Amino acid sequence: MIRLHDVAKEYTRTRVALSHVTLQIRRGEFVFLIGPSGSGKTTILKLLYMEEKPTHGDVWVSGVHANTAKRKEISQLRRRLGIVFQDFRLLEDRTAEENVAFALEVTGAPSSAIPQRVSRVLTQVGLASKATQLPRQLSGGEQQRVAIARALVNDPYFLLADEPTGNLDDRASRGVIQLLRDINAAGTSVIMATHDLEIVRRADNARTVELNHGRIVFDSSETPPPETRYTPLLGQPVIGGPSEGNWPPLPGDGR
Amino acid sequence: MLAAREAFNASRRAPLLSMLGIVTIAFSLFAFGLFALVAVNIRHALRNVEQRVEVRAFVSEGTPADAIAAAMADIAVFPEVAKVDYITQEGALERARRDMGEFSDVFEEALLPASLDIHLRPGLRNPETVEAVADRVKSYQFVDDVRYGEEWVRKLYQLRTIAAGTGLGLGIAFAAVSIIIIGATIRVSVLARAREIAIMRLVGATDSFVRAPFLIDGFVKGILGALLAIGLTWVAYRMVDTQLFSVVFFDPRLIVVGLVCGASIGLLGSATSVWSHLRRI
Repeated sequence: MIRLHDVAKEYTRTRVALSHVTLQIRRGEFVFLIGPSGSGKTTILKLLYMEEKPTHGDVWVSGVHANTAKRKEISQLRRRLGIVFQDFRLLEDRTAEENVAFALEVTGAPSSAIPQRVSRVLTQVGLASKATQLPRQLSGGEQQRVAIARALVNDPYFLLADEPTGNLDDRASRGVIQLLRDINAAGTSVIMATHDLEIVRRADNARTVELNHGRIVFDSSETPPPETRYTPLLGQPVIGGPSEGNWPPLPGDGR
Repeated sequence: MLAAREAFNASRRAPLLSMLGIVTIAFSLFAFGLFALVAVNIRHALRNVEQRVEVRAFVSEGTPADAIAAAMADIAVFPEVAKVDYITQEGALERARRDMGEFSDVFEEALLPASLDIHLRPGLRNPETVEAVADRVKSYQFVDDVRYGEEWVRKLYQLRTIAAGTGLGLGIAFAAVSIIIIGATIRVSVLARAREIAIMRLVGATDSFVRAPFLIDGFVKGILGALLAIGLTWVAYRMVDTQLFSVVFFDPRLIVVGLVCGASIGLLGSATSVWSHLRRI
């Protein structure tokens, strides 16, 4: 269970990333965090894997309170979270299987069990035949699959994905999304930040949380949707594909 | 085991950076080693001079042999005294001739008085102890005079104190500079692996897990750097010893101290660099 209660994150007095964010995510959910650049999607993910602490409010992830968690607790928590980034963050000098194995090694998993678990998860993401290749020998989509395999190998409760399709072409993006849907179907919660609205539209039964200027302006799980002064984004026609220009202007922001 | 493997792999992946680390440690310790070699030789030279510090009690002519023997037995058990020699008039003449070299013929007969030459124990050759022993020896009735080169002993002791203080001060300064340079070098190797450290943290590595390979790396580089520094210092020692003048090298105990210092500096440099890096992420 993930719970954010009245969370604010301020980097400086004038740079407010989040304010009054209250959100609850149960195990097994697939949640899209959408919103324009700078709306606070990545900040929410950072709060969840505890790279950042809230300035105000409380963040709980699988029973760990972000405000008071010790570094060791955070390390233990991250072993139960899979994290995937737009830029893959693979170790360039290690093969696909070594990258995946690395996530097991840091947890102190018995070395005899590592090859089998790595092989299983690489098969799951469709990369069994490329296990011994270095990241530079793989396509972008394949590198992201390695990153997903690394995130999955510890059987996480939650998989956090920050713009995982941002560097991929349409075909590779669809493959990655399908993979995340399969992972979710197997019981892992997936929280994915994206500004690709096409992906969100194509996904059935996924919860969508829209952010703007650091506030939640729409949550599809709430009925009726919260009263806000902003237009829920998915209700608007999106013309010309996902880009910041497609986001509706805020009242009075002059755009 | 995993930490050792990670440390080895990191060195293998960046051999130039590893070499740079070892060479920097080696040259920093080499500079310190040269200073230490000079300090050791100054100490060695002062110790040689110190061994010549003695109290000489001149004995009245005609003193019975048994009185001298009794006094010698008495003086020999002073806690400060290492040994007592009785130098007869003939012995004194022979020694004077030997010391005077080409002017030895100025002494034709045994004019010089007999004496008791009292050698003090190492560490007890300071002016106060020498003076105290001299005062006690003066109390023997057959002792005409006692000489111990008051001024010379005082100056020697001052020199020793200055040399020790300067040595300590310079030693600390050299060690501090070495530690700073070595720390900066290790910091570069930590920064070169910043991305890897960030990924380690993201997949759940604890601080101690992240730190361990760096500590092993620093320890090994410290030992290798120290070995190289000792080798370079030995080459410098041989050059001076064979080409210029006779000098002494570190004894095995000091070589072990050098290795321990190298390993400790490598270990501490790594520990502080990784610690400060981890604090920031």
